[in-house]
Amino acid sequence: MSAPIAPAARAPQTPLARVASDFVANPVAVFGAALFLFILLLAVFAPLISPQNPYDLAQLDVMDSRLEPGSKAPGGGTFWLGTDDQGRDMLSAIFYGLRISLGVGAASTLFALCIGLTLGLTAAYFGGRVETLIMRIVDIQLSFPAILIALILIAVLGQGIGKVIAALVTIQWAYYARTVRSAAMVEKRREYIEAARCLALSPARIVFRHLLPNCLPPLIVVATVQVAAAIALEATLSFLGLGLPITEPSLGLLIANGYQYLLSGKYWISFFPGIALLCTIVSINLVADQLRDVLNPRLSR
Amino acid sequence: MLVFIIRRSLQSVLVLFVMSLLVFVGVYAVGNPIDILINPQADQIDRERAIAALGLDRSLPEQYGGFLLGALRGDLGRSFVHSTPALALILERMPATLELAFTAMLIAVLLGIPLGLWAGLRPNGIAGRTIMAGSILGFSLPTFWVGLMLIMVFSVMLGWLPSNGRGPTTLLFGLLPVSFLSLEGWSHLVMPATNLALFKLALLIRLTRAGAREALLQDYVKFARAKGLSNARVIGVHVLRNILIPIVTVIGLEFGSVIAFAIVTESVFAWPGMGKLLIDSINVLDRPVIVAYLLVIVFLFIVINLVVDVLYSALDPRVRLSESRG
Amino acid sequence: MSLPLLEVAGLRTHFFTKAGVVKAVDDVSFTVARGEVLGLVGESGSGKSMTGYSIMGLIDPPGRLVDGRILLDGRDLAALPAEEMRHLRGNRVAMIFQDPMMTLNPVLRIDRQMTETIHAHEKVSAGVARDRARAALVKVGIPSPDERLVAYPHQFSGGMRQRVAIAIALLNHPDLVIADEPTTALDVTIQGQILFEMQKLTRETGAAMIWITHDLSVIAGLADRVCVMYAGRIVEQGRVADVLSQPLHPYTQGLLDSVPSHSARGARLRQIPGMTPSVIDLPPGCAFRERCSRAAAACAVTPQESWRDAGRDERRSVRCHLPLAGGAQP
Repeated sequence: MSAPIAPAARAPQTPLARVASDFVANPVAVFGAALFLFILLLAVFAPLISPQNPYDLAQLDVMDSRLEPGSKAPGGGTFWLGTDDQGRDMLSAIFYGLRISLGVGAASTLFALCIGLTLGLTAAYFGGRVETLIMRIVDIQLSFPAILIALILIAVLGQGIGKVIAALVTIQWAYYARTVRSAAMVEKRREYIEAARCLALSPARIVFRHLLPNCLPPLIVVATVQVAAAIALEATLSFLGLGLPITEPSLGLLIANGYQYLLSGKYWISFFPGIALLCTIVSINLVADQLRDVLNPRLSR
Repeated sequence: MLVFIIRRSLQSVLVLFVMSLLVFVGVYAVGNPIDILINPQADQIDRERAIAALGLDRSLPEQYGGFLLGALRGDLGRSFVHSTPALALILERMPATLELAFTAMLIAVLLGIPLGLWAGLRPNGIAGRTIMAGSILGFSLPTFWVGLMLIMVFSVMLGWLPSNGRGPTTLLFGLLPVSFLSLEGWSHLVMPATNLALFKLALLIRLTRAGAREALLQDYVKFARAKGLSNARVIGVHVLRNILIPIVTVIGLEFGSVIAFAIVTESVFAWPGMGKLLIDSINVLDRPVIVAYLLVIVFLFIVINLVVDVLYSALDPRVRLSESRG
Repeated sequence: MSLPLLEVAGLRTHFFTKAGVVKAVDDVSFTVARGEVLGLVGESGSGKSMTGYSIMGLIDPPGRLVDGRILLDGRDLAALPAEEMRHLRGNRVAMIFQDPMMTLNPVLRIDRQMTETIHAHEKVSAGVARDRARAALVKVGIPSPDERLVAYPHQFSGGMRQRVAIAIALLNHPDLVIADEPTTALDVTIQGQILFEMQKLTRETGAAMIWITHDLSVIAGLADRVCVMYAGRIVEQGRVADVLSQPLHPYTQGLLDSVPSHSARGARLRQIPGMTPSVIDLPPGCAFRERCSRAAAACAVTPQESWRDAGRDERRSVRCHLPLAGGAQP
């Protein structure tokens, strides 16, 4: 029927193409993605684009300490964002700080994702006591605020980059485990899983070919949100003096360094690293927000 | 109802016991407090005397047993640093934290619910979009940095508000020291409370908005309008009563998280609460204070959860408390 | 003929969505006399519920009344200020919805949901309002009304909830009740009871009723006149007996053929071929022509309603270029 009345049929799309086109439909989300990409590039290429290596003591001069933004550097350059109490160029310090903050966020998310995914799938597939045990631990852990658990873990583990990552992983795996399990449980009740079991397909095959793909959309959303949360938490811990050591200054530590000078009006030492941190978290959250809408079929109109 | 409360209380005692064990063992593993507490020049005899005085020479089970016996009498040990009972130290700081947390929650609720409703009623309007964009910002702003910026603007640049401390307190009912009864107290309270409220504000806006949008699609809203009720009544009674159920639950549960997050705000504004005490104690490995703080927090959480459940059943007639909700 | 209670003329309610304009109600005209029961029949999406909402002034954005008049006792509701329209709702015009599980607010007590309907329109004491609410429950056949008043909706069965909804609709003695498929979600035995109850109550109070349904058999026993809607338009209207016995529009014929009956037992039920068209950006012409066996070139032009005399001071109309032969010719 070449009926003029028939509704215009939509060309069939792959799920990925649909998600991509839905995502691009929101200019704010695209801005968030672009901003994040830009920040990521700054972090990756920090050693190449920084005017100064802020941790090479030979390049620092205490005479340059606490200079205002835009001050001329003795070597001829300009301290666009000023300098800190050591005479460090803030712009360079921020680029290097981004590297550490993003690195810690990405590493902890990756580890937590693997652990949470494994345990969540295990709980969903085997059920019974294994499931009860895993999910009870998840429940207890999630009933306490992340910051509290992080502080205790840091208190127990001590400081250092590896320990901060370990603390973040310990906090985050529970979110993934819960997400994966609930998504997998929905899928597990479907009849084709039952059929696959009756055919005596190996558990691994059922888990990886059938359960896993269905867990991915909610997992992606949770992971995006958690990267931002991890970066913020690491910054908070470092600010409290319980996170990364002074030798590995993340953005949180830079902000903490500027705290004491803030009261005398030297705002830039805390202000600019904070802006960098804010942009990073906002850009990730904007992407996460749109992903949530795009990947959730229940909300799609 | 009474049965429910009694059963929950028994469960709570069990939870407290398990938590005390976990926390005690966990904190026991932290470094060696002697290295921090004792003058490095002290000789071996002094060290051993100090270790014995703090009870650190005994084995872990012995120490835990001693702690448990004390705990039953309301004694959570003595602070290594202050040499006063840890519990008293915490209770002394608790009103400051609770006042900060209550004020923050109040700000979040009083602003968040109306703003969320507004955004939910007009999701595509300019105001609605602005509110939602603001809430994303609220989620993304690191609490401690916002605190610094508030200090920078209102204390350093404008000179309107004091940057730290709690200022003079007034006794409420003759026993609770509070800030909110005096203008000067408010000038100290308003910045940290706003700072602490920001995250919960963003959360409440989103929750209220989502709830309002869902409720507005329900037939009972259409029916209420078909009855000729005014818009104010449809939204203020029919919509609000329904979305209040998840909101009250979240407010209750988030109150615990506000108390925990007060750790950060208290550090920024040098607010003399329990959170600041915890950070100081972690830095000097004052084990009894850390353990006592955590147990007090767990206890607070348990009380909050109980209150939330009771409120929940008052708001939602479909919930009966006899059906245990985990 | 005396002034009808309700006269809807040229009503158009359109929804301006991103995907295009949805002409949910497109040039709909009908009248309802005092005490009369009008059936509004159509498939889901035919615009019958939207017609009801339009009369109630309950069209939400992106929907809008773009044209037409809705005269209640000669007063145009479409042009009424919002506050005056609110005052008519639930007072002179009441509405009952399809799913009784969803229409009552789950967290408010029944007495509150009833008395607020009275208080929205009249200044009476709480005691008086309560007495009236109690009386209304008795009238719709709810046992032990005092207990029921302090109960919550979840403590009622589906049928009981619909009775409560009916009681609420009739609280202020409306002149017109719009019933949007109020029996569809109920068990068959309960359906009969509710139908009977509604008929009895409207006869007692003299209220007119617009009964919206997809079920022709309900209309046959209940309504005085019927409007058949398809894709936002009324394709045929007239006395129930006339329309059902001698349909003029092929769509009405199709609907009748798909109702199982005794006489055609054993024979295969006939279905209308094809599907209801999407009403987004509907092109001009008869919307039914893709499914119509009688369609011709002329059907590409939108047919107008043509009225004819149906005897006994009654008229009927059809919106078709090639109507079926039946029906009284002028």
